[in-house]
Amino acid sequence: MRSCFPLALLVVARLAAPALGAEIKPAIVYDLGGKFDKSFNEGAFRGGERFTAETGVALRDFEIQNDAQREQALRRFARDGASPVIAVGFSHAAALDKVARDFPQTPFAIVDMVVDRPNVKSIVFREHEGSYLVGLLAAMASKSGKIGFVGGMDIPLIRKFACGYRQGARRANPGVEIFENMTGVTGAAWADPVKGGELARAQIDRGADVIYQAAGGTGIGVLRAAADAGKLGVGTDANQNGLFPGHVLTSMLKRVDNAVIRAFSTARAGTWTSGVESLGLREEGVGWALDDNNRGLVTPAMKDAADRAVDAIVSGDIVVHDYMADSRCPP
Amino acid sequence: MAMENILSFLGAALRLSTPLIYACLAGLWSERAGVIDVGLEGKMLAGAFAGAAVAALTGDVGIGLAAAVAASMTLAAAQGFVEVERGGDQIVCGMAVNMIGAGVTAFVGAALFAEGGRTPALPREARVLPFVWGQDALTLGAFGVAAITAFILYRTRFGLRLRAAGENPRALDAAGGSVRATRHAAVAVCGLLCGLSGADLSLAQAAGFLPAMTAGKGFIALAALVFAKWRPGAALATCLLFGGLDAAAIRMEGAPLPFLGVIPTQAFQALPYLMTVVLLAGFVGGARPPAAAGQPYRRE
Repeated sequence: MRSCFPLALLVVARLAAPALGAEIKPAIVYDLGGKFDKSFNEGAFRGGERFTAETGVALRDFEIQNDAQREQALRRFARDGASPVIAVGFSHAAALDKVARDFPQTPFAIVDMVVDRPNVKSIVFREHEGSYLVGLLAAMASKSGKIGFVGGMDIPLIRKFACGYRQGARRANPGVEIFENMTGVTGAAWADPVKGGELARAQIDRGADVIYQAAGGTGIGVLRAAADAGKLGVGTDANQNGLFPGHVLTSMLKRVDNAVIRAFSTARAGTWTSGVESLGLREEGVGWALDDNNRGLVTPAMKDAADRAVDAIVSGDIVVHDYMADSRCPP
Repeated sequence: MAMENILSFLGAALRLSTPLIYACLAGLWSERAGVIDVGLEGKMLAGAFAGAAVAALTGDVGIGLAAAVAASMTLAAAQGFVEVERGGDQIVCGMAVNMIGAGVTAFVGAALFAEGGRTPALPREARVLPFVWGQDALTLGAFGVAAITAFILYRTRFGLRLRAAGENPRALDAAGGSVRATRHAAVAVCGLLCGLSGADLSLAQAAGFLPAMTAGKGFIALAALVFAKWRPGAALATCLLFGGLDAAAIRMEGAPLPFLGVIPTQAFQALPYLMTVVLLAGFVGGARPPAAAGQPYRRE
């Protein structure tokens, strides 16, 4: 009985801490691939880094090495009093659902997925809007009137990329021919650059001269094959223009960094809300990349068209159809 | 147009077959000598990683290739020590090699380059580039290796010993040959070929390493080995067939066929395994592995 006393005191102290208006203790759990993956994990890390630089609030993070660590990591942060805890990547959904139930007082967030719990903020991106822009640019850059898309695993999320791309390309050139390929149906489809390269070559052999990839590591092979053949690739998630300078037309950016900063800042200001937060062009959650590596590839007319499309989508004049809304894509 | 399509398809089939041919012949060397190797995948990964990492650091494709072979042969030597010297279980040891290959490459890659286990994209001078008809030296080399393998196996004294070590090691021993030395040599060649297979993936077909980039090719090569009944010529043909199926899948995906409509990708991806099972069950007769495969040899 006596030995329980300090423990009880500790519990009381823990419970009392938030009431005293203490600083938040933000934490991030990355997905497989790690925080330097040059993609969305790194985006989350950069966001956290910027938040720390701006506010001085220390950030804790964890890079999982296998699926079993998802739940452990989330649980450990929650138990240690971290708040809010952000899980990066849709694969965390099942683990987060469990942990969020066990720690109803802890605010959680998940990126790229919806977890329906009262204490979970689900951050999703309107990738179809960003894909629309790069589709527009791809169709304008194409000389052959044929463009390609290579997806990773065949899941609705990736169909959503393809569908937005298709709509943008059709807007720029109604007669454009679009080749679409998915790499596979298992997780291995995200890490097969050899197959990605072959898919791109097959599309190039059929006449495609701009190819958009939404295939994770497989996509590096797509960009490489396009560059080797003297054609253009289009990157995804992070700014991949610099991977093959002069051969990457642009990249569809998913601003995970902005999303993370936004989440932490609202938590700090006490305005954190749970529920679905959808980030599109209006919220600067998606976009297209223009930098020194691709400035020569984007003509003023293309930039103009893209800027106008951004305005039209933000104002609601153009509504890009979301494949995931009804599992179909307008032709 | 149709001709171009066929050429493009054949080119892709050759490229996709290449890592399978090396890996399948690697398995053939090891297993014909009586050492079952399910660790092809792990050695390929080690080779792919070492090749890409060293090529990225030195900017020289030759040193990269050497590193790929050295890394894979090191793992093979360890495997040979456990399996041949200590009589360890060959399946368990092979699986261990797969785990080491998958884990160590990603770990060292993350530590060296901090890109989630990836190596940086290789510049042109650090890659094996195609020089004729979209094909590179490694692809052409694969055919050479198949021919050399067949010649050594069936036309040399060493080949006879190697086969004896796999079929009847006691007879080899009685005839004054060393089962131990023969098996070590076979396992070393297996390591060499796995290294080339991995190097083909990371230095020729892709420009860099990615964790788990072999995507099960080591196991498809094992299926091809069984399908080919452990014969070099048949192994080459089977790998070309599997590579062709892969290339076909890439071109067929999403394109409707007459009468059949759009065939799902999964159907093509399952074909190599399906064919192995179905054909072995009924059409080409049973596949008999070398009689002593999987059994550690101990002198009495």
